[in-house]
Amino acid sequence: MSNSSRGSKLVRGVIGAMLGLGLLAGGATRAAAVEIEYWQYTFKQRVEAMDALIKDFQKANPDITVKHVTVPYDNYRTRIAAAVPAGEGPDVTQLFYGWLGDYIDAKLLQPLPADLFDTAAIDRGFFPFVQGMKVKGQYYALPTAVRSLALFWNRKLFRDAGLDADKPPATLADLVDVARKTTKRDAAGNLLTAGIALDTAGQDVQWIRQVLVNQFGGMPYSADGRKVTYNSAAGVAAVQWYIDLIGKEKVSELGFLTDGVTAFRSGRAAMTIDGSFRLGAFDGQKGLDYGVTELPGREGVRSNFASYWVNGITAKAKGEKLAAASKFLAFITTPAAMQMWMETVGELPARVDLAQTDAVRNHPKYGPFVRGLSYAVATDFVDESIQRKVMMDLIDTVLLKKTPVADAVAAASVEEQKVLDGRK
Amino acid sequence: MFFAVVRFWPAVDAMMLSVSRWNLVGPRQFVGLANYERMAGDPVFWQVLGNTFEYLLLGLPVSLVLAFVIAFYLDRVEYGQGLLRALYFLPHLTTATAMAWVWRWFYQPPPVGLFNAWLGALGFGAQPFLRSTTQALPAVLVAAIWAALGFQVVIFMAGLKAIPRSYYEAAAIDGAGFWQILREITLPLLAPSVVFLLITTSIGLLRIFDLVYNITAGGEGGPLNATKPLVLSIYQSAFARMDMGYASAQTVVLFVILLALSLLQMRLLRGRDEGGRG
Repeated sequence: MSNSSRGSKLVRGVIGAMLGLGLLAGGATRAAAVEIEYWQYTFKQRVEAMDALIKDFQKANPDITVKHVTVPYDNYRTRIAAAVPAGEGPDVTQLFYGWLGDYIDAKLLQPLPADLFDTAAIDRGFFPFVQGMKVKGQYYALPTAVRSLALFWNRKLFRDAGLDADKPPATLADLVDVARKTTKRDAAGNLLTAGIALDTAGQDVQWIRQVLVNQFGGMPYSADGRKVTYNSAAGVAAVQWYIDLIGKEKVSELGFLTDGVTAFRSGRAAMTIDGSFRLGAFDGQKGLDYGVTELPGREGVRSNFASYWVNGITAKAKGEKLAAASKFLAFITTPAAMQMWMETVGELPARVDLAQTDAVRNHPKYGPFVRGLSYAVATDFVDESIQRKVMMDLIDTVLLKKTPVADAVAAASVEEQKVLDGRK
Repeated sequence: MFFAVVRFWPAVDAMMLSVSRWNLVGPRQFVGLANYERMAGDPVFWQVLGNTFEYLLLGLPVSLVLAFVIAFYLDRVEYGQGLLRALYFLPHLTTATAMAWVWRWFYQPPPVGLFNAWLGALGFGAQPFLRSTTQALPAVLVAAIWAALGFQVVIFMAGLKAIPRSYYEAAAIDGAGFWQILREITLPLLAPSVVFLLITTSIGLLRIFDLVYNITAGGEGGPLNATKPLVLSIYQSAFARMDMGYASAQTVVLFVILLALSLLQMRLLRGRDEGGRG
């Protein structure tokens, strides 16, 4: 009895070992297929969109598997910087367009192989500002999607104020007029509903610097991006106009309902300026009836600010991994991928022909952003976060310290010039 | 060995980083004391350092006295003491992020903000709180004190319970008054708790970060750096501005301050202990 049981155990053990070996062998053959890693930072819609793209890619390329790694935003740069030089980490990675210089200097990226990525074709196919990703005639990274700004308006609040709910302001003068009519205050003068939600920690800094300065006849930066040029009559006028929304027109307050997004989505602000990536949040808000329109113009001048994340191939990818990585990068920048990305994430296709189809241009929500892209400029940042802070502080010094606008603008331009001078 | 690697290597590395320029992705470049020179000439750094000490010097006495008073009277409550103590302790279990957002709403202008609504009801004018360069730091500090109170109360109460009742009874028989008992019996015997809380609260206040990050617009420690503590400045230098060298130099300053303060307080504790015995 005991013998036979020991015998059967032995048999089972042998079978088990054989099975194990068989699995190992199977694993080995499967490992012959190429596995590449793709990294991006953790952001729900982007992760979902990329998972779907990877699934399609693997179906079309059964010999390649893509491992999708997401990293919290705060650790994103650290992790990549530590992993790639050690031969670990991503073969294809996502980065902010403003980081490209740093990444190339650090030898983290390699140029996109010419056989799959034709420079002239990219120049023609993508929005012109994507040429910022070209260094010495070679592209190092490509975006799937791009973002721009637009004016969001709350239809219900427009109706309540006796305005045409389908006629958003087209000019800055209209904007002030509509904001006045939609602002509500209580008997003590406390703000109940803002005509426009202003938030310098949001997109307002880009609106002032890249849009308003331009519309008031100035230039925020010199053509080569090395000099701050908004310390001009136009720059002062642009900032003054923004300050007047709070101080003179009293149609808004900074920090109202903590931030601009909250103020607008809770139906307590008639307008706000934000990016296409906000559509998801506003669409998810029950009872919020809103529209999107192009940023208001001034004396016929329209301006917009674009920004984007790109995908590049890291220095780690070599041989068949490089081939697989190139194939994958080409796949996630195809028109089909961009279309899918727009529907999932709300960011706009980076290819002009795709963005400029009638279906997209006339889309009630994507349309205004796409029309704005045709004249948008992507600021050539040295350090987005410091440059943003300079602009935030400029507005706060005027509002809280009562510094004259001209002095505050002059001081800010000196401060920001220091940042630009730090460019290698 | 393991302890040395895990514990000390990061510290040594931070010191080395503080004399380098490094943007996280490139090679490190030795720059000598350039980061420290830049720090000395940076008005924002001095403002941040001043804020940090303001958090400490305002927050420490207020929070400890308040915690002691609450613990002292809570200790005398006979019914429902456990429940009350648990209620005081609750904020300690809440994450700072959630707390910061709730307080951010409390400080809103009227009619949304709770505090301004109270002020209005009492006939006072509305206050800007977080949108003021002078009121913002105390406003943040009140939230920080509230958050730390529960833990301090529990420690004080444990200390109070450890004092034998017979001492009080003996003192009462000898005719000692309230203040005399407090000064001669309660406070000296509570010294270990006091010193423990002095050290932990000081370190907590000097390292204040998540509350400020979440309660101020854009996590900037504004308006105009009015609420920005050293740790937030380090975080921004390192992870928003990718300036690891400058961040490490500030970390070294924070380390020196924390070390000096801990040594000072431990010395005070020892001095008091010996005095007690003598």
